[in-house]
Amino acid sequence: MLKIYKNKWPELFFKISCSRELYMPIEKDGQIWFGKWNEDAKVRFDELNTVKSPKDFFFPQSENIVAFKAKGKNISILEKRDESQPFVVFGIRACDAESLKILDRIFLAEPIDTFYKTRRENATIITLACSEPEETCFCSTFEIDPVNPGGDIATWIIDDVLYWQSLTKKGHTLTEDVKGLFEKADQQDEEKIYSHKKGVKVILSKLPLQDLSLEGFKNGNMLAIFNSPKWRELSQACIGCGTCTFICPTCHCYDIRDYDTGHEIQRFRCWDSCMYSDFTRMSHGNPRHSQIERFRQRFMHKLVYYPANNEGVFACVGCGRCILKCPVSMNIVKVARTWEANKALEVKNDE
Amino acid sequence: MNRTYCDDNMQEVHRRNWTHETLIPKLGIVTDIRIDTPDIKTFRVIGPDGGVCFSYIPGQCAMLSIPGVGEAMFSITSPPTNKDYMEFSIKKCGCLTEWLHQIDVGQQITIRGPYGNGFPVETDLKGKDLLFIAGGIGLAPLRSVIKYALHYRENYGNIDIVYGARSAYDLVYLREIQNEWRIAPNVNVYLTIDREQEGWTGHVGFVPDYVKELNFETDKTAIVCGPPIMIKLTLKALEELGYKKNQIFTTLELKMKCGIGKCGRCNIGTKYVCKDGPVFRCDQLEQLPEEF
Ligand code: SF4
Ligand code: SF4
Ligand code: FES
Repeated sequence: MLKIYKNKWPELFFKISCSRELYMPIEKDGQIWFGKWNEDAKVRFDELNTVKSPKDFFFPQSENIVAFKAKGKNISILEKRDESQPFVVFGIRACDAESLKILDRIFLAEPIDTFYKTRRENATIITLACSEPEETCFCSTFEIDPVNPGGDIATWIIDDVLYWQSLTKKGHTLTEDVKGLFEKADQQDEEKIYSHKKGVKVILSKLPLQDLSLEGFKNGNMLAIFNSPKWRELSQACIGCGTCTFICPTCHCYDIRDYDTGHEIQRFRCWDSCMYSDFTRMSHGNPRHSQIERFRQRFMHKLVYYPANNEGVFACVGCGRCILKCPVSMNIVKVARTWEANKALEVKNDE
Repeated sequence: MNRTYCDDNMQEVHRRNWTHETLIPKLGIVTDIRIDTPDIKTFRVIGPDGGVCFSYIPGQCAMLSIPGVGEAMFSITSPPTNKDYMEFSIKKCGCLTEWLHQIDVGQQITIRGPYGNGFPVETDLKGKDLLFIAGGIGLAPLRSVIKYALHYRENYGNIDIVYGARSAYDLVYLREIQNEWRIAPNVNVYLTIDREQEGWTGHVGFVPDYVKELNFETDKTAIVCGPPIMIKLTLKALEELGYKKNQIFTTLELKMKCGIGKCGRCNIGTKYVCKDGPVFRCDQLEQLPEEF
């Protein structure tokens, strides 16, 4: 374990940015986003969640995949992908770090998405343990430990000190480059971290969503949940804006489109949303014709389908972004609670 | 020794396929265009060096595109026994297909694939009496299987083909049906059209009703393909005849983009139609939410 005082952080950021691009939570127009670090950047380690999740670094909102030139009846295919350079994302929270594993199961499954894979390989992830989890957090539902956030390097901030622990080979390589700026943490520091973690756990245990249980989604009752009349009520307010899918670190649906630049045709892929009416629309009809079905799809996928295909792992990490951002205050917790209440009811009836 | 070499080689080919980014298409050249019906054309496509663009099994699909116009999934209608070219029967309905209906021979397109599971021609269907039931353009994906079964005739039992369309003009592959399928050993073809038409002496009526009328023995394996409503009613008809769900195969059609189970578009329940389908046995469908 290493440590570095706040006054030397800028030097650390500078040193990292010399050899790799460095991205951090940075304040921009009053909001916190992951952005490229420079000396004028306003780094905000105190904010819990960035507006958009770090999935952008691996699965960008829009990316060119191939281009074409057409002349008469002939077409040429131009494979020119922007290969990414080694980069560092510093300040990823435990939930977002876990979300990458959920995306890995999609994009790194055969056939591997090589765009995603290259970026994953080029990235060194420095996580940041949470000190002040908020009311919207429910990472513990997914057994994510916000005080031990993982990644290639894990860090903790206590008062004016940043503690640094390298966990992987990639982490060790980066640590080698910047080691000179650090001091070694001693026994006293370890104790400080230990009691800090304990303190955070206490805060955590008092948060309102800590008791959220997803057990009701686990027991293979896919069709019963799918056919439940509850979806009508739940989806009623949803306006299909897609915000929840765009800010979600685990949503991975995409579209592929062509764009005529004037001198060639650029084929790009971009985020898409199952909440949109044209997501499944075909020339002869749409199997999900109303928002009820679209709404249901998003939550069925996260809570039932994905786990069924992935050893029970849910496609949600409890980051709480959708709770904060949905314009009509609908979110995955409300959906989960509906079936939780159901369960309680069933138990009651059984008694 | 030889065998090992061959197996290794196969594996190598497999691996090579996957390490290439599967979203990036290859070039295809249209070498022939046949007009089947007023709104269906069959396109013959070869790779730039001739021959098929990739190997596949009956029932698998390919993503075809005209850059700048669009990309869409089509079933490969030619059987894999033909290594000289691939064929696609495409109905005019939407932007890309309208474009395709306007192109001439020699036009280059892009193609990627193969996608989907295909029909279990070497397992579940092998050795069985086969009952093919198709409506309209639904014969396109079945043509690959039918031709495959005719090629390896000794591997399959009797073959019955029930095929219907709106009118006599809308029946695809008519010449091939008459000149090849009908005359093959132990093959029966039953054609029908929805409404009476001058010059048509064959059966008139909807496919599901005709299936019931024909009262097939229940020891066959049925393969059904066509518009959703036709599939639904045909499955009902078959069940009335005494067919069990696990004797019937059908295909699903959903919007697709990636073809590899990642873009999320064709997701139904725990399945991705592009990867786990499009061919499903009907008892498998029963376990999926009804969203198709
Ligand atoms: S649930 Fe909320 S954020 Fe998501 S699409 Fe509906 S209205 Fe938008
Ligand atoms: S569903 Fe909501 S809480 Fe769960 S990971 Fe997505 S944005 Fe976060
Ligand atoms: S087409 Fe993308 S998941 Fe099936």
